[in-house]
Amino acid sequence: MIGVIRAEFAKVITTRFWWILLIILIGYVAFTAAILAAAFGGSLPGSASNASQLPSDQLPPLIYSVASTIGYVFPLILGTLAVTGEFRHQTLTPTFLATPRRGQVMIAKLLTMASFGALYGVAALIGSVAPGAAILAMGDNGTGLGDEEIWLMFARTILAMALWAVIGVAVGTVIPNQVAAIVVVIAFTQFVEPILRTIAAFVEWAAELGKFLPGAAGDALVGASIFSALGMSSGPSGMLEWWQGGLVLLALAVVAAVIGYATSWRKDVT
Amino acid sequence: MPTGVSIDIRELSKSFGNVTAVNQLSFSVQPGQVTGFLGPNGAGKTTTLRMLLGLVKPTAGSATFGGKSYRELERPLATVGTALEAASFHPGRSARNHLHIYALAAGIPRERVDIVLGQVGLADYSHRRVGGYSLGMRQRLGLALALLGDPGVLVLDEPVNGLDPEGIRWIRTFLHDFAAEGRTVLVSSHLLSEVQQSVDRIVIISRGNLVYEGGLAEFDSDDRVLVDSPQRAALEAALVLAGASPQITDAGLLVTALPAAHIGAIAHDAGVPLSLLHTQQGGFERAFLELVGEGDQP
Ligand SMILES: Nc1ncnc2c1ncn2[C@@H]1O[C@H](COP(=O)(O)OP(=O)(O)OP(=O)(O)O)[C@@H](O)[C@H]1O
Ligand SMILES: [Mg+2]
Repeated sequence: MIGVIRAEFAKVITTRFWWILLIILIGYVAFTAAILAAAFGGSLPGSASNASQLPSDQLPPLIYSVASTIGYVFPLILGTLAVTGEFRHQTLTPTFLATPRRGQVMIAKLLTMASFGALYGVAALIGSVAPGAAILAMGDNGTGLGDEEIWLMFARTILAMALWAVIGVAVGTVIPNQVAAIVVVIAFTQFVEPILRTIAAFVEWAAELGKFLPGAAGDALVGASIFSALGMSSGPSGMLEWWQGGLVLLALAVVAAVIGYATSWRKDVT
Repeated sequence: MPTGVSIDIRELSKSFGNVTAVNQLSFSVQPGQVTGFLGPNGAGKTTTLRMLLGLVKPTAGSATFGGKSYRELERPLATVGTALEAASFHPGRSARNHLHIYALAAGIPRERVDIVLGQVGLADYSHRRVGGYSLGMRQRLGLALALLGDPGVLVLDEPVNGLDPEGIRWIRTFLHDFAAEGRTVLVSSHLLSEVQQSVDRIVIISRGNLVYEGGLAEFDSDDRVLVDSPQRAALEAALVLAGASPQITDAGLLVTALPAAHIGAIAHDAGVPLSLLHTQQGGFERAFLELVGEGDQP
């Protein structure tokens, strides 16, 4: 089993997409964190009026958490590509020849992708904290880095990113067609869910369901988000507890992985 | 040195929807010989091999290596080496990395990667991305993966496709030597002539059914005799009476399964003069085509 996991690691690092995605993730997160820090942290001229909207102790978690609140789609795509690439390039044939017990391969892939998701989490946090903290400090705001709470949030961010990569693997087994899987992932995370969450913020009965949307659950796990900070969800009651959010992501991953295993993973490889 | 085990295919069937790709196929492959697995396009060769390797689930029947299904093998890559026809590579990976991944998964020592790359003649290209490989180089890489675990059994699906003459000669010698060491070799092809010089036994399937299993030497025993007479109708009648089933062609009557001397005697006894009596060497390929039902009428 150790060998199977090492092989899955080698599969990722011997292709280019993992570090290309990683670089885009860091750039995207750093850029967003810098803009937010500048806008709310008062170091931009004329931004002082905005600064009053948020208590200054909420500012650091809001900025740092963009690592996962906007960055989660990257481990999700990484996990999806890791599976759909095997279908697309027909590498399931040598994979299942080397490891005929297909369940082992799936578990090795899930564990491997969880590790890469965690790595993405660490990298994304560096991307959000470095410029965020620097700009906050320049604007004479607290960076929050002395707080134990912030470090717990970092840990939950890494956990969330790991879970997103696992969900990506599961999604890839449910939708083995690479193009279709990526379109579904991007459409859902970038359009469908934000629209549903916006509706949920304004329609009372929908709010209860909106909490269970994957992105909302991920934000709940991390514990801070632009959505909640900007009042898109109605206060603390609009969010799950952090552990509930984690369980929602985990349940999503398990259900999708079981469906994927029972369908595409066990199918004939021709 | 690893020794081969036998391959046993028992009553193996596979249907894809309402297409029966393989139909109650049974045959076995012994160590120490190269066995050719022949059939025209769509005969079910690849489907049979994929069932043997646990990649496709049979509708019925079993396929085993020394009594064990592929899934039950303790060290699959070190027991059975496989090269299937589909190119199964990530184009962005180098040949070396490609092999290293499956060595890791199967617990095969890393040194084997360089050994097999050298064996198939890819050592100089092993750092290049496989996406830039020619068809022949991909075929060689597939073979390198098959050899990675130094297996006692080789299962190759159309291995000579895309190889140059030097490569074809090399693989023939290689398979022969490999079998001579007591290992088992099953190699498929849709052309008998392609494997004719290198196989000891053949298994022929057509439309999913077994049509021949046996030695290559016996396969061509039925030479055909072209015979004609000015009194063709009388000759035909005499032949039919003797139990033959002559085919009428422009050049004369074509008789199978009777030696020329015997045919001459029949004509003589019937008092029919002969204008032609000629034995045609069967030719493996023609016999093959006739057997699989695609031979053109002579
Ligand atoms: N995944 C599949 N779905 C549906 N039909 C299939 C599938 N795979 C194979 N077949 C059918 O099964 C039959 C046997 O195909 P197979 O690929 O085993 O033939 P083959 O002998 O390997 O032919 P070739 O010499 O062309 O490689 C064909 O009729 C083919 O169309
Ligand atoms: Mg084939």
